[in-house]
Amino acid sequence: MPDYAQPQVLVNTEWVAKHGHDPNVRVVEIDVDTKAYDEGHVPAAIAWAWNTQLCDTVVRDILPKSQFEKLMTESGVSNETTLVLYGDNNNWFAAWAFWQAKIYGHKDVRIMDGGRKKWLAEGRELETTTRSASPASKAYKATEPDLSIRAFLPQVQQVQKAASAILIDVRSPQEFSGEILAPPGLPETCQRGGHIPGAHSVPWGKACNDDGTFKSRDELDKLYGTEGVSQSTPVIAYCRIGERSSHTWFALKYLVGVNNVSNYDGSWTEWGNLVGAPVEKGAAKSATQA
Amino acid sequence: MKAEHYEERRVEIDGWQVNVASYQFGTKWRAKADNVSPGAGLARAEADTREDAEKRVLDRARELLARTKRHSV
Repeated sequence: MPDYAQPQVLVNTEWVAKHGHDPNVRVVEIDVDTKAYDEGHVPAAIAWAWNTQLCDTVVRDILPKSQFEKLMTESGVSNETTLVLYGDNNNWFAAWAFWQAKIYGHKDVRIMDGGRKKWLAEGRELETTTRSASPASKAYKATEPDLSIRAFLPQVQQVQKAASAILIDVRSPQEFSGEILAPPGLPETCQRGGHIPGAHSVPWGKACNDDGTFKSRDELDKLYGTEGVSQSTPVIAYCRIGERSSHTWFALKYLVGVNNVSNYDGSWTEWGNLVGAPVEKGAAKSATQA
Repeated sequence: MKAEHYEERRVEIDGWQVNVASYQFGTKWRAKADNVSPGAGLARAEADTREDAEKRVLDRARELLARTKRHSV
């Protein structure tokens, strides 16, 4: 993976097969479907549930710092641990966890390229016992949150008005246009359909190959370059609840090398429910969406 | 144990593209259905044959997709 801006954040399945049991490596599976882990997982991997362990379950928010520290300590993760994340849906929530780990300053966090799907497709060993980690011997210490990689509503409203950053909507073309209010088959979770006016449509999956791995640096440069993204362009990515956009955020920041890119995790379930928020409907004008 | 005979294919249900993945694990077959765009999981099932496992997830996917409203734009 030498062409990526920061190739060290990706590991392939072979690397995980070789190093998953190393004492300084902690492999964690994070799935959309939180039962998938129980069907078999990468040997030695533990699981985090995105909907109970990677968010505040009272207030809509990411984990508070103290809870993040508790999760890491209980997961046997020290500040020096190499944390390797993977999951289903081409690593949607693995990217979400990666993003939170970076917000709280974890130095060595990586994603297994291709995720759970590639591991299965390659016929690799699956462990079916549920792993529970021994707590780390020393309490994990997070940094103060790095909010430069997280966009909040007021910032997005300002950017939308001033056109001062590129907004990338990573949902499907039908969600972008307003034809549907949630991914097909899932409950509608917003009052209005459409997109933030001025947003560019680049569905998250455009960054992936069929086997779930990320496309090459050249392909990613072309994909996002078509929408006017360069390494110096401020970019905000959003989706419906912030996990698909964390996947795109990861690709832009670490693979393409965009310096100023943030994830708007409030996403469409915030914007599309706001009273009075401007909404644009209809298909994207760019060629990226098809 | 290992996942064996992993396969993926695409089918269309009521105008929606659905990705079906299935594999053998021990004596059982497992299947999963996702909507192709955006890629969200719809159903997962286990059965004695690939055909049965895939049929179960496709039946469930059909039920869920039938509830999806298309709004005028």
